[in-house]
Amino acid sequence: MSSLATPIVTASSVRRDVPAVEVRNLRKEFRRRDRSAGRFARRRMAALAGLTFTINRGECVAILGQNGSGKSTLVRLLSTLLINDAGEARIFGHDAFRDTRAIRQLVNRVSVEASFFKKMSASENLSYAARFYGMGPSKTRKAVPEILERVGFPAERRHESMENLSRGMQQKVALARALLTSPVLLLLDEPTTGLDPRSKLEVQDFIRDVRATHDATILLCTHDMAEAEALADRVGLLDRGELLFLEPVQDVKRRYGVETLEEAFFAATGRAFEEEQTDDDEFREVFG
Amino acid sequence: MTAIGATLRQELIGLGGIVERNVYLTKRYFLWDLAFMVWTIANTLTIVFIARAVQLSPARENELATKLLVGAVIWAFLGIIFEFVTETVAWERWEGTIEYTFMAPLSRTVHLFGMGAYAVLYGLIRATILFFAVAAFIGIHLPHANFGAALALLGVASISFIGIGMMTSVLPLVSPEKGAQLGFVAQGMMLAVSGVYYPVSVMPGWMQAIAKISPATYALRGDRASIVRGAGIAWGDVWPLLVIAVLAIPLGLAIFRVGERYAKKHGKLKRSG
Repeated sequence: MSSLATPIVTASSVRRDVPAVEVRNLRKEFRRRDRSAGRFARRRMAALAGLTFTINRGECVAILGQNGSGKSTLVRLLSTLLINDAGEARIFGHDAFRDTRAIRQLVNRVSVEASFFKKMSASENLSYAARFYGMGPSKTRKAVPEILERVGFPAERRHESMENLSRGMQQKVALARALLTSPVLLLLDEPTTGLDPRSKLEVQDFIRDVRATHDATILLCTHDMAEAEALADRVGLLDRGELLFLEPVQDVKRRYGVETLEEAFFAATGRAFEEEQTDDDEFREVFG
Repeated sequence: MTAIGATLRQELIGLGGIVERNVYLTKRYFLWDLAFMVWTIANTLTIVFIARAVQLSPARENELATKLLVGAVIWAFLGIIFEFVTETVAWERWEGTIEYTFMAPLSRTVHLFGMGAYAVLYGLIRATILFFAVAAFIGIHLPHANFGAALALLGVASISFIGIGMMTSVLPLVSPEKGAQLGFVAQGMMLAVSGVYYPVSVMPGWMQAIAKISPATYALRGDRASIVRGAGIAWGDVWPLLVIAVLAIPLGLAIFRVGERYAKKHGKLKRSG
């Protein structure tokens, strides 16, 4: 990892005496059209309805939830892409909504969409992303092949356009992009959704590897219960903007007297995990 | 290295990254750029040929053709700056990279200046090709042209253009569907009041008043004087451009910040491609 980015404010901004993530009564609402109340009527809907939780340094926490449960809204709030309506969020002691520059040095994310300039190659996309974190050309020339090799991306394909790569390959480049900047908080938002089983396992192995070798705290948002159980120290359930629990998997099963997380979801919500969504859930999903 | 020095270094590398990315994209979309160049030349010819249709002496016809050409070239140049700066958000939204760029530790000032800097470089190259291609096609004579002064004035005007472009670049942030188109409306209106193909004096009084605060007015006037008569840079054209730049850049940045805050409040900072 020697050639990867060393964020310039990391030394002073990563406090060891505070949790990696502290969220208190965090609330985010979006306005939606309400045709039942009139042509131009709108109403506010809570995507997150007062979340409170803490993640310790080095911990991997998975937040489970259906589409529209608020997972992506949470990730966007923690990565400074949304502004809260109430409550607070702190990352290594920094206010996520005021001290955004410090937060941006510390955080990176991988989302369900790989999100690259499609005509540019993997190498060019990574170099471009690295520049924002202060990595000059000489450093990226060495670091980019290194990180691509580490995520299992074939070196000979790094100059191909992203549009020619498979979804699994693109997601590996997305992981490389996140790791290239040496984030101390890694936000993974459905990183394996839509991947074939082999790519999925490779990505999961890589997440384990990152935990073992890199000083990173991981927040994994997923609707894949097996993935959450396999990777996380603690598992939380986010349902319609509310965090129903956040504890080790065994504690969850014991608490509800069940064998699986699916059964725990049913016990906690009264609904099956795959159950049809309401109109409001679809709206939340659009904003998620 | 001090914290300020390190931050400055990081910002400069980030600015280089924006320019570098645009170089990559220009290379990748070269054929599209070539087609657009052909279209721009054809469009400019349709305007400059008007000088041939008017019954004038050869010298007057040459002068009119040159004035029309300068107007068309500045329109094209300004169009590129507006396109790049206004579509800072729209392109990233379409490619899907918008969230990664906006969560990166790069100041918005440097981000927008990076887009503006590349737009000016790219725009100057295209404007130069356009000017000489059309001048050669029509057979325009430019015996007195002071190209150095014309280019320098365009450079000064570019700072104001970037500032105004920053103001319009907020539009796609606030309105993902129609924002980019509104940016082109702003560009067209700006040139309409600036005397793009005609003297400002032929417009109604209220339009002439607006022309005074448009940087394109001074760029067009100064560049026409340099190309047609060989005039040097006139302070009377430079100082208004500097004043507009000093006001437009901070105002543009402030407007963009307000727009970015609005987008973050209402969840509009996300991909749509």
